[in-house]
Amino acid sequence: MSRPAMQSVIARPLPPLPELDALQERLPPARSLWTDARRRFLRNHAAAAGLALLALVLLACLLGPMLSPYPFDEPDFGLMQAPPDAATRHWFGTDYIGRDLFIRTLLGGRVSLMVGALGALVAVVLGTLYGATAGYAGGRTDSVMMRALEVLGSFPVVFLVILLMTFFGRSLWLIFVAIGAASWLDVARIVRGQTLSLRRREFIDAAIVGGVRPSRIVLRHIVPNVLGLVIIYATLLVPQMILFESFLSYLGLGVQEPMTSWGALLEQGAKSLENSPWELLFPAGFLVTTLFAFNFVGDGLRDALDPRSR
Amino acid sequence: MLRFLLRRILFEAIPTLLVLVTLTFFLIRVAPGGPFSAEVNVPPEVLAAVQAKYRLDQPLLQQYLAYLGDLLHGDFGPSLKYKDFSVNDLLRAALPVSLQIGLFAFVIAVVLGVAAGLIAAVRQNGWLDHAVMGVAVLGVVIPNFVLAPVLTLVFAVWLKVLPAGGWEGGRPLMMVLPVAVLCLHYLGVIARITRSSMIEVLASSFIRTARAKGLPRGYILRRHALRPALLPVLSYLGPALVGILTGSIVVETFFGLPGLGQLFVNGALNRDYALVLALTLLVGVLTVVFNTLVDLLYGWIDPRMRFK
Repeated sequence: MSRPAMQSVIARPLPPLPELDALQERLPPARSLWTDARRRFLRNHAAAAGLALLALVLLACLLGPMLSPYPFDEPDFGLMQAPPDAATRHWFGTDYIGRDLFIRTLLGGRVSLMVGALGALVAVVLGTLYGATAGYAGGRTDSVMMRALEVLGSFPVVFLVILLMTFFGRSLWLIFVAIGAASWLDVARIVRGQTLSLRRREFIDAAIVGGVRPSRIVLRHIVPNVLGLVIIYATLLVPQMILFESFLSYLGLGVQEPMTSWGALLEQGAKSLENSPWELLFPAGFLVTTLFAFNFVGDGLRDALDPRSR
Repeated sequence: MLRFLLRRILFEAIPTLLVLVTLTFFLIRVAPGGPFSAEVNVPPEVLAAVQAKYRLDQPLLQQYLAYLGDLLHGDFGPSLKYKDFSVNDLLRAALPVSLQIGLFAFVIAVVLGVAAGLIAAVRQNGWLDHAVMGVAVLGVVIPNFVLAPVLTLVFAVWLKVLPAGGWEGGRPLMMVLPVAVLCLHYLGVIARITRSSMIEVLASSFIRTARAKGLPRGYILRRHALRPALLPVLSYLGPALVGILTGSIVVETFFGLPGLGQLFVNGALNRDYALVLALTLLVGVLTVVFNTLVDLLYGWIDPRMRFK
């Protein structure tokens, strides 16, 4: 059948069905997948509260530093380890060389959140491309690629990242890459699984018949279809990334002075725990709140978007 | 079973470890800086002599092959920073420390985690369930480097009931805080996994059948529900062990314990090639061995999985 002929078959309008129209009027108004998901998400109180908290933390980190009269990196040797005090406008107290902790905590939050988001982005992009390619290629390519993943999976990744950080200087960029590269394996595995089932669908056959190049099929047809799943996973990945960065900074291998992050602040706070517990407690509170919020949002998103939970 | 083990070692363990050694070896060698670059103004001939002693003057490939040869004899070579100590000596001193707190933490996490999860599942939506799961979420979310200083603040600084750090040859009181910090996260995760899998199992039809036959509740839980409910926990044990090994880095640095984690951080900072390589490899071996063990356990609990 030639192409125009085929189109005319497809485009032929259906005969009118009065019963169907009547039926449709009695149904509730149609809701899209996303409206549905939003409704389910907001009905989950923990998830909605998590989202609100997250917005609050983000807002505080973005705008909060403007409220403080102090710069983040200027020591004040007259006011070392001063407790929180509204009169001096050191709302969170000062650290061991008299720097204002309010602004340091919030600026550190910017760094932590940014590393979390960018690290998750690196992991998601890498994992999605790898998984989709392996799943779409199938056969021997797939099994070799999965084998490589298994070998990488039993690497002591954290140890390698620490090596990387100590031996190649401690730039922020290296942190993104190292952290992201360390956690793309799970994304790749999930995406591959989805791709395997997508590959058998008709629209992929149609694309192949239409002469679309394999790379384009992966990018334009497979990847958009796994995106929902990937977004859920990314939400759960961000707190892991924040944790990882904090872990590195805690060991002194992450963000370097005078810049700071929650992990770096915690490390400092842990050292002067007896004299000035606020140095520990404020960053710890922010970090734990953020982690909690992300966990609830991630769980809520999963419940809202997972078709199996309907 | 022997065939399974053999295949596992030949096609999985050995390639993985080989890639790991190779990657780590070349990674740390191409990095700028060396183990002796920190020392002040050493005469060149002395430096050359030192480098010759540690084979650092030879071509990289030759060093690599020599290292592999030594490894086959179980020799990790001399430490580059702790003079007069071989890496084997250092490991022998540090391993028991890490092993002790790691094993304690692991066992406590598994036993208490499974127990808490089972209780929560059996009393689903009761107050006990909510209480247990509330604590579990705390354990899951709070990272160990927050937990360690906060617990120290409470128990050592404010209440003064536990020491804030140190090892003293492994006195039990010294181990309480490190073990607690190390295990709490895994306890929480295991409790959550156990709870959800037990709830799923209890809702399945074979449990309904058992109940319909009039079997007592305790018997059903023990003989019918427990095994399938434990499977997901089992597959988490591998990651849990790796996590505990990693977590010991923070815990050992914070509490000042002379274990592997601290050795690793110091080794990396000092560019102690041999030490760092050995530790990475050791963790790799432990991971592979443990994953194999978990697979064997899987077969033992679930006959369908046996030695495929």
